[in-house]
Amino acid sequence: MKRILLASAFMTFVSFGFAQKDTTDIFKMMDEGDKKAAASSTDYTTATFKSTRVIQGPSIETIGEGNMDFRILHRFAPLKGGSEEMFGLDGPATIRFGLDYGVTNRLMVGIGRSSYQKEFDGFVKYKLLRQSTGKINMPITVTYIGTIMDATDDAYLKANNMSGTDAISYAHAFAIGRKFNDVFSFQITPTLVHFNKVTDSTVNTNNFFSLGMQTRVRISKRVNFTAEYYYQFNKMNGTVNTLSLGFDFETGGHVFQLHFTNAVGMTERTFINQTTEKWGDGTRFGFNLTRIFALKKGKGEAKKW
Amino acid sequence: MKKVSLIIAAGLISFASFSQKVYQTKSAQIKFQPITEEGGCTNNQVQSLLKSSDGQIAFSALIKGFKFSNSLLEDHFNENYMESTKFPNAKFQGFITNIKEVDFAKNGTYKVTVKGTLTIHGTPKEVTTTGTIEIAGGKVIAKANFKVKVADYGIKGLYIGQKIAAEQDITVTSIYE
Repeated sequence: MKRILLASAFMTFVSFGFAQKDTTDIFKMMDEGDKKAAASSTDYTTATFKSTRVIQGPSIETIGEGNMDFRILHRFAPLKGGSEEMFGLDGPATIRFGLDYGVTNRLMVGIGRSSYQKEFDGFVKYKLLRQSTGKINMPITVTYIGTIMDATDDAYLKANNMSGTDAISYAHAFAIGRKFNDVFSFQITPTLVHFNKVTDSTVNTNNFFSLGMQTRVRISKRVNFTAEYYYQFNKMNGTVNTLSLGFDFETGGHVFQLHFTNAVGMTERTFINQTTEKWGDGTRFGFNLTRIFALKKGKGEAKKW
Repeated sequence: MKKVSLIIAAGLISFASFSQKVYQTKSAQIKFQPITEEGGCTNNQVQSLLKSSDGQIAFSALIKGFKFSNSLLEDHFNENYMESTKFPNAKFQGFITNIKEVDFAKNGTYKVTVKGTLTIHGTPKEVTTTGTIEIAGGKVIAKANFKVKVADYGIKGLYIGQKIAAEQDITVTSIYE
């Protein structure tokens, strides 16, 4: 009797061992694991805009950590010059050289120099809120941009009776944007520009408030249509609002932004508050060229956004 | 008599549980270099499962998990080529066909053949490749190197065939516990 019991126990153990082998299906385990991971992770939206500037103004984007962006911004003379002036290509043109650097994936710094009024500028850009889906649901991205600008052209300073820090201006902007889908993104950019010295006697403030409205629409895999309008709540005498329309073309490491705009300057102080020619008369062709270099040749460790 | 059968039974139980161990990792590495002049990309958070009893093996990699040094290239990789919002993962599900030749209890390096379905950009394809499994002090290290024809998976775009090689060299390293 005992032997039979032992034998049956023995057989149970043996069959137990063989039966267990086939019940674990790791393909199912993996699929379920993926579903759990997707539900518990946060997917941060990328590429709301294709560059850190929409056309003139800043977009919500910053560049990746350890990346450097070399920028050339160019504005030609107005189209109204006609074929005689090669529709403005003959100039005179204004240009800004800039260098941006991604300190972290959320913090960016940049410097630049414009030929218009021989202006130097520097800025800090920080992503406060990031659009995401999944564990954390955030419908918008909010980025702060703080800029300091200094015009150094002697003729300009003399004409405006400026000296020392008179020609320095500050801009504070919050870029609030959302990528609605792969085809459409929209952003509003409330901006405050402070001029240390205002030479317009009709205005009794140094602070100028404006609202930028920017959009991009994807036309094809590599081409996007962009539009930007800055509405000034209070403005200096003789100035108008800036409208810019353009196309972004992407290649491997470059983004070419070709556009039409009525603004001459390329910093907040100039393109928002000091545009004097209306869209019709003052429309000119311009382009932004950017080239991204990866300075930190990391092996691609897990990046934290 | 009792003692012997108990010992045999105990041995069988341990054998059974040993043979159905599922090895897992959440930090397997897959890397490749889409553009030869620029740096490559690496995903260090690939999930993988390996069942030692029948050689069942699976990998799952988040496309957004492939990190590049150049952020613009990473953007293009996701948006223009891999369309990672539509196809967030790349998967492999298959079997190590000669799993019987691998002794998980003994340290050593074994050559293996892996066969299964690789799904990239939503397109599944049967693939076969060779690799190695190294047993070292309780850890199982699987390595493989294989080529992937980009067009086979419906991945299209500028530069494929020029700056971007039409056939990519993929390196997989997986350390299981």
